[in-house]
Amino acid sequence: MKYFVLACLCVVALGVLSLFVGVSDVTPMTLLDPATSAHAFEMLMVSRVPRTLALVLAGAALAVAGLIMQMLVRNRFVEPSTAGTVESASLGLLVVMLLAPGLPVILKMLVAAAFALAGTAVFLGILRRVPLRSEFIVPLIGLMLGGVIEAGTNFVAFRHDLLQSLNAYMIGDFSAILRGRYELLWISFGLTCVAYVAADRFTVAGLGQDFTTNLGLDYRKVMAFGMVIVSLVTATVVVTCGVIPFLGLVVPNIIRLVIGDNLRRTLPWVALLGAALVISCDILARLVIAPYEIPIGTIMGVIGSGLFLYFLLRRRGYGE
Amino acid sequence: MIEVSNVTKSYGGSDVVRGVTSSLPASGVTSIIGPNGAGKSTFLSMISRLLPMSSGQVTVDGMDILTADGDAMAKKLSILRQDNHLTARLTVRDLVAFGRYPHSKGRPTSDDLAHVERSISYLGLADLTHRFLDELSGGQRQRAFIAMVLCQDTKYVLLDEPLNNLDMKHAVAMMQLFRRAADELSKSVVLVLHDINFASCYSDLIIAMRDGQLIRQGTPAEIVTGANIHEIFDLEARVETVDGRSIVHFYL
Repeated sequence: MKYFVLACLCVVALGVLSLFVGVSDVTPMTLLDPATSAHAFEMLMVSRVPRTLALVLAGAALAVAGLIMQMLVRNRFVEPSTAGTVESASLGLLVVMLLAPGLPVILKMLVAAAFALAGTAVFLGILRRVPLRSEFIVPLIGLMLGGVIEAGTNFVAFRHDLLQSLNAYMIGDFSAILRGRYELLWISFGLTCVAYVAADRFTVAGLGQDFTTNLGLDYRKVMAFGMVIVSLVTATVVVTCGVIPFLGLVVPNIIRLVIGDNLRRTLPWVALLGAALVISCDILARLVIAPYEIPIGTIMGVIGSGLFLYFLLRRRGYGE
Repeated sequence: MIEVSNVTKSYGGSDVVRGVTSSLPASGVTSIIGPNGAGKSTFLSMISRLLPMSSGQVTVDGMDILTADGDAMAKKLSILRQDNHLTARLTVRDLVAFGRYPHSKGRPTSDDLAHVERSISYLGLADLTHRFLDELSGGQRQRAFIAMVLCQDTKYVLLDEPLNNLDMKHAVAMMQLFRRAADELSKSVVLVLHDINFASCYSDLIIAMRDGQLIRQGTPAEIVTGANIHEIFDLEARVETVDGRSIVHFYL
């Protein structure tokens, strides 16, 4: 508990730091100086605060979504971007662009969520039919499925000259987050809270179908419930700030090594570390080539794939 | 009482379990024996609702196993299959505590915690409570799983080869624990066992299966005879009586 409070304070500190990093001149000094405070304060409220909140909400929710997926699939290498979920959400967005471009953002999100859910169901369906001789097969299948869906999406987008608009969703980027354009992420925060309430069910389901039935839970219901949460979280994040790859994979695995898999205990930590990692990467993204920015998706892609490789190669640790 | 009537399981036309009818007592230790492929595990999985049956019916104290409320059934009957592989990284204590889930729904009362402590001490896991399961030996892990199932505190406890991975000392301790659960708490413990002598010495009732069918059911004295062992296992063996118990000597 003491450590958790300490960790919370660290995230708050990162958040405060994030408020004051950027091109526009927003510092504690300009906020206090009467000559500049009006403009600085407006910048803070219109851009910096929304951006920081978006980072916290998206980071926490995506990390938790990865955790739930790993428990339910019983494989520590799956997360929305290694299971076809993210690519399916993007396909959903492309369909919206083609058929109903004027749709309000909340409906866009719901369409993307429906596609994400369908894509995840296909992934789970394939897993049931393929002999899983090694735990590496699972993310491989997910990556291949995602690749196929992405290729199809890109082809159609290319034909309709929508590749550029689609790419805005495919690569995570928080530079366009302004007040009025991130509030959807509060939904994913709500979903994270729901996940915490249901944490024990997910841990039980993570023990497998037999244990779940023995303990009196309906395995299919828990599974469906978890996948709906994962799909909705993925869709809200993709719609508002784009894909942040590997986050849901890296964070739960780090927490797992230290505290294990009892979600009642670990889920708050996963949410916190997810937020911390995303804020840090975004600050880095703003500093590396300042005054320009690198999309956070690119930074996470580099850091995340490195850590992914580390966990893959770290065979003799735990699990098997 | 678990009433099993005419239960069959077929895969692609061939019956793995065929027309088994039996009734398992409301208390005591019952052992299911038989050669590999006799259908013992399939039978146990069906009467514990883990595996749907092709035909037949199972009731537990009058409740149909398939239509009864899952939660109510989880307070009445618990099941542990063999070969449990967990990918989730849990400590021994966490795992055992999840045995209370049907009662506590994740909010354990002091009574639930007392159950957890008792199970842990019964199975000699007190020194391992904070260890992760993936850091334990096979035998220690097996004991942790059994502690979890006992912690569920159900009237019926079904275990598929619970002595797997256990050394002699722990195997005997385990059978004595089941005996105590039956005698002192009047639980009904149903076991699939491979060691015929454990079955003979610790059971009240033995059910013998072969080729998917129930071929013998009775007390150890009735079942454990040279002729029966030959019929069940296709094995020549001599049966001796030691301290009033039938012991099969098959190292001939």
